[in-house]
Amino acid sequence: MSNLALIATLLVMMALAYHLGLTRSRAMAAEHDVRMHSRPGYYGVLVALWCGLPALAIFLLWSFLAPQMIDMLVTQQLPTDLVAGLSDRELQTFLRRVTALAEGRGVAGGGSPEELAAAAHMARLQTIENFSLVALMAVLVVVGLIVARRRISPNWRARNQVERVIMIALAASSAVAIFTTIGIVLSMLGEALKFFSFISPIEFFFGTTWNPRFSTSGASNQGEFGLLPLLWGTMMVSTIALLVAIPVGLMTAIYMAEYAPPWLRNVAKPVIEILAGIPTIVYGFFALIVVGPFLSSIGDLIGINIRTTSALTAGLVMGIMIIPFVSSLSDDIITQVPKSLRDGALGLGATKSETIRQVVLPAALPGIVGAFLLAASRAIGETMIVVLAAGNNPVLHANPFEAVSTITVTIVNQLTGDMDFASPQSLVAFALGLTLFVITLGLNVIALVVVRKYRQQYE
Amino acid sequence: MSISIEQRRQHRLMTIEKSLAKRHRKENAFRRMGLMAVITGMTLVAILFVSILMRGVPAFWQATFYTDVYFDPDIIQLEPKPERESGESQFAFDERYSQWLTRAGLVNWQTLIDNALEEALGEEVEPRQLRDLRALVTSGERYALRDRFVEDPSLLGQTIELKMLASANVDVWIKGNIDRDLPDARQQLSAQTREWADRLEEQGVIRNAFSTSLFLNTDSRSSLASAGLAGAFMGSLFMMVVVIALSVPLGVSSAIYLEEFAPKNRLTDLIEININNLAAVPSIVFGLLGASIFIGYLRLPLSAPLVGGLVLTLMTLPTIIIATRASLRSIPPSIRQAALGIGASRVQTVFHHVLPLALPGILTGSILGVAQALGETAPLLLIGMNAFVANVPGTPLEQSTALPVQIYLWQGNELRNFFEARTSAAIIVLLGLMLSLNALAIWLRKKFETRW
Repeated sequence: MSNLALIATLLVMMALAYHLGLTRSRAMAAEHDVRMHSRPGYYGVLVALWCGLPALAIFLLWSFLAPQMIDMLVTQQLPTDLVAGLSDRELQTFLRRVTALAEGRGVAGGGSPEELAAAAHMARLQTIENFSLVALMAVLVVVGLIVARRRISPNWRARNQVERVIMIALAASSAVAIFTTIGIVLSMLGEALKFFSFISPIEFFFGTTWNPRFSTSGASNQGEFGLLPLLWGTMMVSTIALLVAIPVGLMTAIYMAEYAPPWLRNVAKPVIEILAGIPTIVYGFFALIVVGPFLSSIGDLIGINIRTTSALTAGLVMGIMIIPFVSSLSDDIITQVPKSLRDGALGLGATKSETIRQVVLPAALPGIVGAFLLAASRAIGETMIVVLAAGNNPVLHANPFEAVSTITVTIVNQLTGDMDFASPQSLVAFALGLTLFVITLGLNVIALVVVRKYRQQYE
Repeated sequence: MSISIEQRRQHRLMTIEKSLAKRHRKENAFRRMGLMAVITGMTLVAILFVSILMRGVPAFWQATFYTDVYFDPDIIQLEPKPERESGESQFAFDERYSQWLTRAGLVNWQTLIDNALEEALGEEVEPRQLRDLRALVTSGERYALRDRFVEDPSLLGQTIELKMLASANVDVWIKGNIDRDLPDARQQLSAQTREWADRLEEQGVIRNAFSTSLFLNTDSRSSLASAGLAGAFMGSLFMMVVVIALSVPLGVSSAIYLEEFAPKNRLTDLIEININNLAAVPSIVFGLLGASIFIGYLRLPLSAPLVGGLVLTLMTLPTIIIATRASLRSIPPSIRQAALGIGASRVQTVFHHVLPLALPGILTGSILGVAQALGETAPLLLIGMNAFVANVPGTPLEQSTALPVQIYLWQGNELRNFFEARTSAAIIVLLGLMLSLNALAIWLRKKFETRW
């Protein structure tokens, strides 16, 4: 039975159990003329849970463990001299070929007699495994159903139990976020440590040359993995982006919050929010096709050599991308400044702009700085614009009109194509990712702390 | 001699009076700066949209041949399509049928097209010019011809009018997307082919027709003119199904727990900070997570929409949680107190009263999160979704690309003149989808907005 059919059957059984619980509790209430503790629906749900949950748990556990068990049993069955001659990795490949054969898919080159024998053995084991899973689940479903249905009585606190299950489910789903973070940190740390077994951290963090070579060129031809050119490129592009986004975004926010008539606010706000919804790949294409050639021709006019794909192109377009981010965050913060502060300044005879510059902005400063930090972290982590428009030239130089490379671009370059988790050429992507994660995390934490401080001030 | 108070006041008034003009000038300048910033923002939106539309809209129409094709029995030397005979087993029939299909594949369908073009041109084409002739029609059309015949073998000996896509280079030439004055060496097409293309266009054989191939075909490497978005679209659809099925229930229930039930302690504080941080983690980091955990550790298949959907789920989860919490927070406490007051349990209060009232906000947040996931590219590149896939995926476990990744792949194609427009067209499709999702979210927000 396929997994999908199994789950579908289980769901049908649960629906049936719900119905049984519902009718049974109703009948009981009518028959004995008593008040049940909970409403009939709760009894239905509880019976369905008793019927379905244990079987589901077994199913999940089983599908997690069974393949490993089968692999182990098949390996034990193999001729010992064969196993001894294989490295760990070759054994994995062998088992994958056997699995493919057992599932009736072919493998390249047919399959050796050992493989075929193992595949037959595996297929047999799989049949047994599948059959016993179905049997076990069926028993659990039926037992759960009978037990739960029998327990229905006016004193059974069905609602409280159902609510407890709901609470556990809710709490479990909020743990997913924690597990995601743990997953990110562990996976990247693990792979990055593997990378640092090839290249020393000092060489990585303080190296000034980036030249990873190709993984196929062999271990003797080790590349150089210096982070600094990439970090420099990242900083250059992000700085340009912030130089564009901060003035425009901040002034937009000020104008929207303090000056704009309602009709303009109603039109301009959604339009600028559209900018925030556009996928970054579109910005990248825009940079490559429109902005790059435009900048390059301007450069020709004034006699500077600007490349079409350069730090300037990528930074400019990235700046455009962050404008709505800066403006909406700053807008929120500016409107949070209490009206009394403004009224005080205006009452002393200050003009509106003086009020804004000398009272509102200083009062909102921590929040605005927080917004800038968040914008910076977004700029540093942005990928597609730089992949398309920055030119991928990992060299230390200070010319914004030249091509650069960033951390994100390099992650993409190193990890696309063949995925070999054993060479430093691929593993370096995780070391870079970890660096990126730490940098952005630092910026975010500082920003959140700053913004939170500011909020408490005026609440 | 001291200055009297009156004089001092006069003096102060005059200073203020004098500075006033300057201060008002400054005020106006500041205000204008603000307006400029708003206008800059709006202009940038306009430039972006106009430049993409200008490039992309023409690509929805493609140079197409309208010619009569004669299904010449001398060329198609095939026995009739096998029918299943009585008493024949399914297996034997399948075998016979697939042998017939193989032979049908061996027929020189290109010759049919060559003959049709010769007919349209009204001249004999010498064998040495055959290359030039075959550069006119895109190479995928001969398979289309085969499929058409296999579908309906009664076409044998008939002449029917067919629409065939011109090759990518002819499309570029006809639309004027390449400089017509370039010397021969730098043109993509030979002088002969260009001359023919112009003549056929004048005769009305080549027309600009709406390109259905853009929507119905998958990506193609050999027949560039018929490369389409169907595969990428299905891939994106599968991913969105996974994202909606996982991230909305998970996100909403996690938000309900944190907002309504969680005790205020260090653990919930930690979860809260953690979610805020996850929302700001660069998307590419989620790609690394997917590559290492889903592909490297769990050994899920590369390039599968399921894996892409899982990665995007983790990425959109914080967005949905934050939006849902904001929406729950905006429901006034009086609702909860009233429900609790008449004896509802806390779970009943939340699920029967608070949640339905918060639903519009939750929906809006979820739609925005899904739209964001739809446009995401970077993490998908790391789990191999940038592979070339020539089939429409049938299940979420088959190889596939996604719309934004297809855009990435097309923009890198060497045939710039053709693919610049086609990429823009793909962007228009993607933006259309995303903007309609966003518009839906805004509409929902407006429609159900309640002021408490």
